[in-house]
Amino acid sequence: MTASMRRRGATILVGGVAATMLLAACGGSSSSSESSSEAAAPSESAMASEGGGDVAAGCEAYAAYMGNEGTSVTLFTSVLPPEQQRYEDAWKPFEDCTGIDIVYEGSDQFEAQLPTRIAGGNAPDLAWIPQPGLLAKLVQQGGPVPAPQSVADNVDQYWNPAWKAYGSVDGTFYGAPNSSNMKSFVWYSPKVFAEKGYTVPTTWDELFALSDQMVADGIKPWCGGIESGGATGWPATDWLEQVVLRTQGGDVYDQWVAHEVLFNSPQITEAMDTISGWMKNPDYVNGGFGNVQTIATTAFQDAGKPILDAKCGMLQQASFYAAQWESFQPGAVVAEDGDVFAFFLPQIKDEFPNPVVGGGEFTTAFSDRPEVQAAQTYLSSAEYATARAAQPGGWVSANSGVPLDTYTDAIAKLSAQFLTDPNGIFRFDASDLMPAAVGAGAEWTQMTAWFGEDKPTADVLQAIDDAWPAS
Amino acid sequence: MEELTAGLTKVGTGLAAVAIFLGLLLVIFFIGARAKGKLQFPAAMIVFLGPAILLLAYGLIAPAFLTTVGSFQNPNGNEFVGFANYSWIFTTEANRTFLTNTAMWIIIAPLVSTGIGLMLALLLDRMRRESISKSLIFMPMAISFVGAGIIWGLVYEYRDPAETQVGLLSQVVMWLGVEEPPNWLLWQPWNNFLLMVIMIWIQVGFAMVVLSAAIKAIPGDVVEAAELDGATGWKLFSRVTIPMVRGTLIVVFTTIMIAVLKIFDIVRTMTNGNFGTQVVANEMYAQAFVQFDVGRGSALAVVLFVAVIPLIAYNVIQLRKERTIR
Repeated sequence: MTASMRRRGATILVGGVAATMLLAACGGSSSSSESSSEAAAPSESAMASEGGGDVAAGCEAYAAYMGNEGTSVTLFTSVLPPEQQRYEDAWKPFEDCTGIDIVYEGSDQFEAQLPTRIAGGNAPDLAWIPQPGLLAKLVQQGGPVPAPQSVADNVDQYWNPAWKAYGSVDGTFYGAPNSSNMKSFVWYSPKVFAEKGYTVPTTWDELFALSDQMVADGIKPWCGGIESGGATGWPATDWLEQVVLRTQGGDVYDQWVAHEVLFNSPQITEAMDTISGWMKNPDYVNGGFGNVQTIATTAFQDAGKPILDAKCGMLQQASFYAAQWESFQPGAVVAEDGDVFAFFLPQIKDEFPNPVVGGGEFTTAFSDRPEVQAAQTYLSSAEYATARAAQPGGWVSANSGVPLDTYTDAIAKLSAQFLTDPNGIFRFDASDLMPAAVGAGAEWTQMTAWFGEDKPTADVLQAIDDAWPAS
Repeated sequence: MEELTAGLTKVGTGLAAVAIFLGLLLVIFFIGARAKGKLQFPAAMIVFLGPAILLLAYGLIAPAFLTTVGSFQNPNGNEFVGFANYSWIFTTEANRTFLTNTAMWIIIAPLVSTGIGLMLALLLDRMRRESISKSLIFMPMAISFVGAGIIWGLVYEYRDPAETQVGLLSQVVMWLGVEEPPNWLLWQPWNNFLLMVIMIWIQVGFAMVVLSAAIKAIPGDVVEAAELDGATGWKLFSRVTIPMVRGTLIVVFTTIMIAVLKIFDIVRTMTNGNFGTQVVANEMYAQAFVQFDVGRGSALAVVLFVAVIPLIAYNVIQLRKERTIR
């Protein structure tokens, strides 16, 4: 009896210890933010417009953020190392001068954890929210606080007006964009192009003349992959967005996002038909992998690999795909005269010039403490974007205050050039703007079925419309 | 250096928390031990059951309650919608896929796992170097579902027959003379069974080890008596072995069934529920954490929960019966 009692006691003890460790692990960040808010209480406004006369040498640029020494601001994001280090290096001068410690916390479960943390009263001070749809959802639930005027001023000054709208919910502006990606690229091998005498196409017709030329030369012109674990299907939604923006223009694109133009409408059906002749054309795809269906089972990360072996001519994929080439061929050079490079996916109609589909994340605040607003303002400034762009790794901002020469990476520079083009039509990735039930649900699965199971176009579009939430 | 210090501080904080907790426990135990007379029994109850009940209430009962409430609410969890989420589950045409798939999984996977496990247990019984073969068969049990999914993803990988093959299965069937192997994960409805193979591969080891122990525990005199009566081979197996391990068989079967009901990792890693392979648990995750529809996600969780209850109840009753027999 006593022996078994003792054993049971030990079990409870062990369980208890494990539970405490869990609690301790979860409690870590909340306790630090509490202590920082106490420290912040006595300080005055973050945006001390006077700037103060006692700014240390070399810190003049940060005068506006002074008065928050010894505080810290937590930043929650889905961006993981090695990018984390590049961010920390970029804002090091800001931290040193202002005494505001930006505590970086990256998680690969960001989208799932953020709502849970907010609901649990453990919201971060700042978060980089990658989808306007998620931002709107969080605003509905409560949590995000509107951005201060200083951030709005920066965005008005430096960004294409479309960006401010994407950082707003119901007319209230919440966050400035951080990094941006440019999705309207086509990856190719300059070496193969030079060898075969191909030239980079600048119109849609040239692009398809080139595709036919490749077919004649025995190269499958296109490859693609839309498998992406829990997000399988997203690259296919990007293709649809590219074509909708190119054939229907920005206005229809906006109405489509708002569900005023349905998926099962003549306009979107026309766009799907264009893709049928492109990425679902058995003569054109799927270089290096097999038939059209393999697009559904090929990981998007792997899709471009056959380009290096000249088994596939081109891949439509975003600027961030630049990071993949190194894993296929160590030392692969991404440059106009290197192993791989990208060109702009040409416009289809002259009435819709330089259409760019892109994405990005928005620096959203969950607290209006002065140091949080100071950090938020700094993160929307041209100084920050320039410092970050100078870091290696091909980071891009749509902030027009960054001189194009700052970019050391060729793809980043090309992306920035299109993203800041005052004559271009910029639109945010539509699936990120639509309700999650569509943009992260039915559109992914239905486009996957369209490629993988050859589900009829009308059924695919109707099924996506059916999934659109009623309210 | 800075990171190291920060890390050490975190570890330090953790250790301090554990130390404080241990101290608290010691105090409670001390008080519990000092309690005398009438107070002794209730004090012991509180000391020994209290923490477990508290943790269960906080970690299991409260979330279960909140999930049930959530299943009657809208996607944002701030408005009640009655049974709308449940009617969505059972009346939407597209949802029939994951309902029938889950039904298929919970029947086929446990049956096959238990069957193969029983067969192996019998075959390996009293074989030379039994422990080596058993360890090898048991080994997949040590691999996580996600890990197994990734391994088998490589096995099922498809390439055009003209290209160099990457997937083991395609290459093997091509060696066997099939010229155009299908793209396995797209091959409906067989892709469901290809996914079940992974589950079975993992669970067979468990079934085999438990059943083998049960077979070894059959008293020698029973077998001897049956043999004296002239029972051999199939008769010995069906009339003696099976009835003697019946209880264990049921426990193994229901345990695997419960694991299968919750199956999520394999489907998510291999197909993410595309190509007609969706199951309830993966749909639940997608609804709750990808599409942020807490209502539907919760409703699916409740459906799973309700479906598991009879299995667990049956399991417990069976275990109790065994105990009374022995």
